[in-house]
Amino acid sequence: GEKEKLNMKQADMRGTKEKPETSEDGDDEEEVNNDGEVRPELLSPEELEKLKEAVDEKKKLIQSLRGKPWPMKQKLVTLRESQLFVEKYEGALGKGKGRKLYAYKVMMTKKWMKFQRDFENFKIACIPWEMKIKEIESHFGSSVASYFIFLRWMYGINMILFGLTFGLVMVPEALMGRAYGSIPRKTVPRAEEAGAMDFAVLWDFGGYAQYSVLFYGYYNNQRAIGWFKFRMPLSYFLVGVGTVAYSYMVVIRTMARNANESGIGDDNSFNFSWKMFTSWDYLIGNPETADNKFASITTSFKEAILEEQESRKDDNIHLTRFLRVLANFLVLCCLAGSGYLIYFVVRRSQKFALDGLENHSWWERNEVNMVMSLLGMFCPMLFDVISTLENYHPRVALQWQLGRIFALFLGNLYTFIIALMDAINLKRKEEKVVKYNITMWEATLYNGTGSENSTAPPITIHPADVPRGPCWETMVGQEFVRLIISDTMTTYITLLIGDFLRAVLVRFLNHCWCWDLEAGFPSYSEFDVSGNVLGLIFNQGMIWMGAFYAPCLPALNLLRLHVSMYLQCWAVMCCNVPQERVFKASGSNNFYMAMLLVILFLSTLPAIYTIVTIPPSFDCGPFSGKNRMFDVIQETLESDFPAWFSKVFSYASNPGLVLPFILLMVLAIYYLQSTSKSYKEANVELKKKLQMVIQRLDNF
Amino acid sequence: MGNKQTTFTEEQLEAYQDCTYFTRKEILSLHGRYRELAPHLVPLDYTNNPDIKVPMALIVTMPELKENPFRDRIVETFSEDGQGNMSFNDFVDMFSALCEMAPRELKTIYAFKIYDFNRDNFICKEDLQKTLNKLTKGELTPEEVTLVCDKAIEEADLDADNKLSFSDFENMISKAPDFLSNFHVRI
Repeated sequence: GEKEKLNMKQADMRGTKEKPETSEDGDDEEEVNNDGEVRPELLSPEELEKLKEAVDEKKKLIQSLRGKPWPMKQKLVTLRESQLFVEKYEGALGKGKGRKLYAYKVMMTKKWMKFQRDFENFKIACIPWEMKIKEIESHFGSSVASYFIFLRWMYGINMILFGLTFGLVMVPEALMGRAYGSIPRKTVPRAEEAGAMDFAVLWDFGGYAQYSVLFYGYYNNQRAIGWFKFRMPLSYFLVGVGTVAYSYMVVIRTMARNANESGIGDDNSFNFSWKMFTSWDYLIGNPETADNKFASITTSFKEAILEEQESRKDDNIHLTRFLRVLANFLVLCCLAGSGYLIYFVVRRSQKFALDGLENHSWWERNEVNMVMSLLGMFCPMLFDVISTLENYHPRVALQWQLGRIFALFLGNLYTFIIALMDAINLKRKEEKVVKYNITMWEATLYNGTGSENSTAPPITIHPADVPRGPCWETMVGQEFVRLIISDTMTTYITLLIGDFLRAVLVRFLNHCWCWDLEAGFPSYSEFDVSGNVLGLIFNQGMIWMGAFYAPCLPALNLLRLHVSMYLQCWAVMCCNVPQERVFKASGSNNFYMAMLLVILFLSTLPAIYTIVTIPPSFDCGPFSGKNRMFDVIQETLESDFPAWFSKVFSYASNPGLVLPFILLMVLAIYYLQSTSKSYKEANVELKKKLQMVIQRLDNF
Repeated sequence: MGNKQTTFTEEQLEAYQDCTYFTRKEILSLHGRYRELAPHLVPLDYTNNPDIKVPMALIVTMPELKENPFRDRIVETFSEDGQGNMSFNDFVDMFSALCEMAPRELKTIYAFKIYDFNRDNFICKEDLQKTLNKLTKGELTPEEVTLVCDKAIEEADLDADNKLSFSDFENMISKAPDFLSNFHVRI
């Protein structure tokens, strides 16, 4: 009972080697003969039940041994004893009715546990980059390393997304779909053929890259392909939905796990105690970093002492407030300005596209991506300068900074999408014109042969010569791919120039410069954890947004993350110095996870909107010819499932059934929330009771 | 599992996996690390559980521990004889409690033991002063040290006995946001 557990805890604290009280109540009542053998046939049912409970308790003890604060020798001895007990009595319990089934169950449980253990071992052995992260941890401490751990986690997610899109969408179409050049949508049009293999065109994802499995437009709308009737359009749709569902599940699961571990952050009631007991980072193994850490801990204590002694002089609160309002106003102006700039640039690029892209310089062709990347690079610096007006505590200032950068990226992304929507509408208008032109063209082919005369031989036209309809989905996919590539390039170039070149200059020019470059300006750069994490989160948001229209995006991102890992690990070890003051954005890891969840939600909104409202292009992609993309589900239900299934489904999608269901879910959520609140309160009460009991025992 | 290792029997490896948070491979690599601290002292063959202890002076030279201001206390806490001489069991136990997968409760118990310098099951003022001096390398003045220790006791001491019992410590640490990520050694 509770008293028992209390005793154990007390014994643990005193470090005595007390053995846990084994509930061997069953033993008193067992019929034991001379050599200690138990004869369960002689036991009454209650005694059998008690014995079973004892065995289960021993099993639980074995499972929880790792978490016990006993010396290893004691743990090993307890383990051996418990295992012997379980072996001895578990076999005995199986006698009587159903013993074969019991023995079989026991054996399967053992095998399953062994399999689980081997699988865990294998999974842990597969984790990559463990040594790299350990090196970074020992040099820079846990906060810088947390970025790389986050990167590795993202890599894992992207690997699953890549597996889904590659295995279920790209490979089936490449292997079992019709080959390149067989139908018009899979062929480079005659007009573009001349330049289709040029590097410049391929880098822009036109030419042969555009007419391949990398983009939406290549896929054929045939319902079943290959010898085993793989449902391609259905698979495309389900993979799109599945990637989003999987991402939600993983992010929420990680958030739940983090929420269990972390305490409530930002509570200032234990300021000095926490500084005393939790400020040293046990991961540090490098003497220079350790010196840095000692210095920063000392500074932090001195600051805290000063704050404690001085009364807070709130002189000139009006000036501070005015400055803060001014700063926020300036930031809003920046955000509005950057949003307008992007809109303007996207409209200009549409004008260029209408004129034909060859007539413009490289800058004009890539204007949109360059502007977005440059804004993402310079605006945060601007925000940093503006925030000096505000005079906040560094941790609060960091949170404001992150919030503003978040708003900047979000605003830019959504402006980009709105501009893209304009382009989509343009293409859809074009579609109508092209449809008309195609009917005219077909009429001229069958030059007056008459509509009823079917004996005329069909005229074979090479697929490259057939006039093509516009494909807005491929255009969207291309835009996202180009954006991600330019974003990646900007990041790497900033890294090389901002960190590496700076470090080289400081190191070598220091000999012949008037002031000490290493100590004063510019000195070596520090690793910007929060900026990098935000960049990673937004990059992932763009992948989620564009993956439906360009199945190659997860593959591209996987490559990008892989290269980033090595490049950034090298850069941080080579060019960066450990941070002097470490301020984490928030107490728990859930701050960044929450941001990731918000981005996931916001990125899937545009894709869902386009799927639900815009009809697919008539001439490209797996959904061509349908009224809406999700009609493929309806079609599958009607043709591939037995008749009663679709009837059931039509009943289930009746609003009369769906609305009460939603209401029920809302009620369930409310109920669960209120019970969890009452559990939390009960928890606090129990803790208080425990403390009182321990105090009473201490006083004896 | 065709690993032809002769350091441990399979039962020993399974027992270690049950009692720590390590996998089979990690336990074998830990034995390698233990051995390289004192190769002439530690045998390669552990199948008959030899009673070998590596002295503290060698253990604190490990790269994971050598910069830690509390390395002596850590090694003493996990050693069986309390003097810092660790057998392989103690060695594995130490890194298991400090690893990433160890739960908060376990780490709290050991953290309390580590910071309790005089081992009286209370963190008293002298313990706090020693902790602070190790953390700041003596850079604070004696008045500042006294002030900080008084403030810490004032914050965390619930039963008003002027020292921190385990329940005080646990209550204080349970809300600390950095505790889990900082009280962590990767081996």
